[in-house]
Amino acid sequence: MPELHHFHGGLVLDGHKTESLARGLQQASLTERLFLPLRQHIGDHNKPRVEIGDRVLKGQVIASDSALICAAVHAPTSGTISAIEDYPVAHPSGKMDTCIIIEVDGDDKAVEPIPVDLDNLNPDEMIELICRAGIVGLGGAVFPTSPKLSRGKAQGIDTLIINGVECEPYITCDDILMRFNAAEVISGSGYLQRILAPRTTYIAIEDNKPEAIAAMAKALAEHPLAGTEIVSIPTIYPSGGEKQLVQILTGKEVPHGQLALDIGVFCQNVGTCAAITHALEKDEPLISRVVTISGDNIAQPGNWEVRLGTPISHLIELAGGYRYGASGQLVMGGSMMGFALSGSKVPIVKATNCIMVMREETIPKSPGYHDECIRCGKCTEVCPAQLLPQQLYWHARAGAYERTQEFHLFDCIECGCCSTVCPSRIPLVQYYRAAKSEIRAAQKAQFKSDRARLRFEFREKRLQLKKQQDEERRRLKREALQKKKAGAGNGKSIEDPVQAALDRVKARKKNAQEDSQ
Amino acid sequence: MTSVIVSSPYVAQGSTLKRLMIQVIIALLPGTIAYAWYFGPGVIINICLAVLLALAFEAGILKLRAKPVMPHLTDFSAVVAAWLFALCLPMHIPWWLVLVGIGFTMVAGKHLYGGLGFNPFNPAMVGYVVLLISFPREMTTWYLPNSVSGETLSLKEALAYTFGGADIQQWDALSSATPLDQVKTAVAQGITVAEIRLSPVFGEYAGKGWEWIAFWWFIGGLWLLATRTIRWHIPVALLAAVIAMSLLFYLINPETYTSPLFHLLSGAVVIGAFFIATDPVTAATTDTGRIYYGLLIGCLIYVIRVWGGYPDGIAFAVLLANMCVPLIDYYTQPRVYGEK
Repeated sequence: MPELHHFHGGLVLDGHKTESLARGLQQASLTERLFLPLRQHIGDHNKPRVEIGDRVLKGQVIASDSALICAAVHAPTSGTISAIEDYPVAHPSGKMDTCIIIEVDGDDKAVEPIPVDLDNLNPDEMIELICRAGIVGLGGAVFPTSPKLSRGKAQGIDTLIINGVECEPYITCDDILMRFNAAEVISGSGYLQRILAPRTTYIAIEDNKPEAIAAMAKALAEHPLAGTEIVSIPTIYPSGGEKQLVQILTGKEVPHGQLALDIGVFCQNVGTCAAITHALEKDEPLISRVVTISGDNIAQPGNWEVRLGTPISHLIELAGGYRYGASGQLVMGGSMMGFALSGSKVPIVKATNCIMVMREETIPKSPGYHDECIRCGKCTEVCPAQLLPQQLYWHARAGAYERTQEFHLFDCIECGCCSTVCPSRIPLVQYYRAAKSEIRAAQKAQFKSDRARLRFEFREKRLQLKKQQDEERRRLKREALQKKKAGAGNGKSIEDPVQAALDRVKARKKNAQEDSQ
Repeated sequence: MTSVIVSSPYVAQGSTLKRLMIQVIIALLPGTIAYAWYFGPGVIINICLAVLLALAFEAGILKLRAKPVMPHLTDFSAVVAAWLFALCLPMHIPWWLVLVGIGFTMVAGKHLYGGLGFNPFNPAMVGYVVLLISFPREMTTWYLPNSVSGETLSLKEALAYTFGGADIQQWDALSSATPLDQVKTAVAQGITVAEIRLSPVFGEYAGKGWEWIAFWWFIGGLWLLATRTIRWHIPVALLAAVIAMSLLFYLINPETYTSPLFHLLSGAVVIGAFFIATDPVTAATTDTGRIYYGLLIGCLIYVIRVWGGYPDGIAFAVLLANMCVPLIDYYTQPRVYGEK
């Protein structure tokens, strides 16, 4: 057991976990149509690899790109591509995004798996297989796993942390996964060890999940891994945040502007480990995930293994429907960091760990009126990033975005602790999110205008140069002509005919005058 | 299903502004009761009058500023400010002085700066200092505790005094300077501390009555700490500074400098440490900053008391420290996670 360290602040929250843990891990049925957003990861955009009318098999790539930070999307079942069009997706802004829509045929026919000699794969080949499977971090960040592994392997990893902390209220998908599929998580951790060769591996689980800890310990005893320990950590939100977890287990802080990788620590969620096992052992890409459905407006809260692209409405039906009628709020994620969804049409994606179905009354109303900040500093006490939230609020509200950056706005992890303890009920995180997006928009606009200015200046320069060149050319031509003229004059004198005619007229006039005198 | 987009976290907040203010009021009760016990019903009259006037001013200004009235009135911040202001007053003063003081507290101290949360100076201290400077005679006429004079004004007499229907001169025999004032005057005349201590206004450690009131403020302060309404930094630093300063000079010359215990238990040091200096709006906000802020106030209190023109210096010390808050906050920012 490593010596556990503390991170600054944090909160002990009402977990709301038991509701969704009673029914085990259930298999969600297939629905008629699946909606797959082209991009379900953080990073570059995918391009569709199928066309309308194509028949696809389960596991077939339907969207991908060759960019580095990218994760392919696969058909979660067999069927026909009926459309590639904009559809509501899970996004805080409630925006639409391009989705590939599959008309499900119900056969669930899969592509033939390519057998691999797993024991003789080298790390790079393993990373390649993980890349092909479209695996991303399933803890919520959805960063593509293969580029992260490549970088980790290149930099050298000292400590591998398997994150089964799951500190957010309501979410229990990792807990259920560890209880029911502990062996897959353990073998996935083993593959990560083969790729990264860490000195130590910690499997971190909050101490409010004794069943998961027991199941994982049993699985680890059956398939022992070298240098691996299961660590039970105190239940304090947000201990599952990567930076906080690194601090708890190693006592080290991830330096400002760097990643955990840079200090030799590699964190991966338990769900990702299970997905890696599927990819390597069965050649099965990431086409489903465990999703918690919970909240006070769902009849039977629980955990479901759901195919990606399944509309949330289907999951709500499976979970017994709404308890108090279909009004209220759907939230993706937990109660601290989740975001409101635009409706139940939105499909499950790789990032969907939890759907909260809440009654109107439970969700605080959008902030029309709140008390003023009294600078009590309770937000500072709980901030795990050790920021001064009330100073950030002050400057964000005033639109002094440069000052917010001086107070390290971008170190805010948006965990929501400050908003939770604020006695004036100020939606602090909302102010920070707004300030961040304003700053990003300004940076983008600055970049664009810089580029436009550069282009303009370059064009001006080019035009001027052209003008100069033209003038130069004209001058040379003129000179050449004059030279030519001068050269011709050397041979015999050419009289100007006009001058000659004038001379003749003059002479005639003179003669005439002389005659008349 | 139509959705209203709101931003996370989706958790009902526990602590509210109103609850914080109610905790402060609860914590003020034991000291207030002790104060009235020793000095008579004038204390309660002052508090009631100040609170009513403060609510009236608050409502009027909120209306003028076109702000929601009821949510602000019921956050009890005006009640707390008025209560603290009233506790600074001598136990018997005419009603119009309370009106002027509360007017400055609520209008100039609070709303001219933008209302709750925006005022740089502690509003109660602003109102008190205006009175202290403008009406020095009324503001320094204190009365002896009943344990010394053997009697206090009855409720009827006190009301008569406050609302001006009675001849004020008739109770002159009961009025006196505070123990702090007496020490200051006497030391200036070359009388030793030991000799002053023989005066009947002195009790075991400090002024008779005063020392026990300070004890009950301390109990209230512990309540604030226990309920996490305030944090320890400011009161501890303030008291430490007063003790350190007074101990230093007491050790140098106990004949002209009174003991640390006398300084702690006299005047407004304890209530100042727990209730006045901890006003979150006008105090420093970082942990280190709060320590500097408390130390600064503590030192200023001692300096004003011993070498300044006033017998007690809480109000001036707090206002001076308020001015330094932006500077203190700027230079005591905590190290952010991941920074060297």
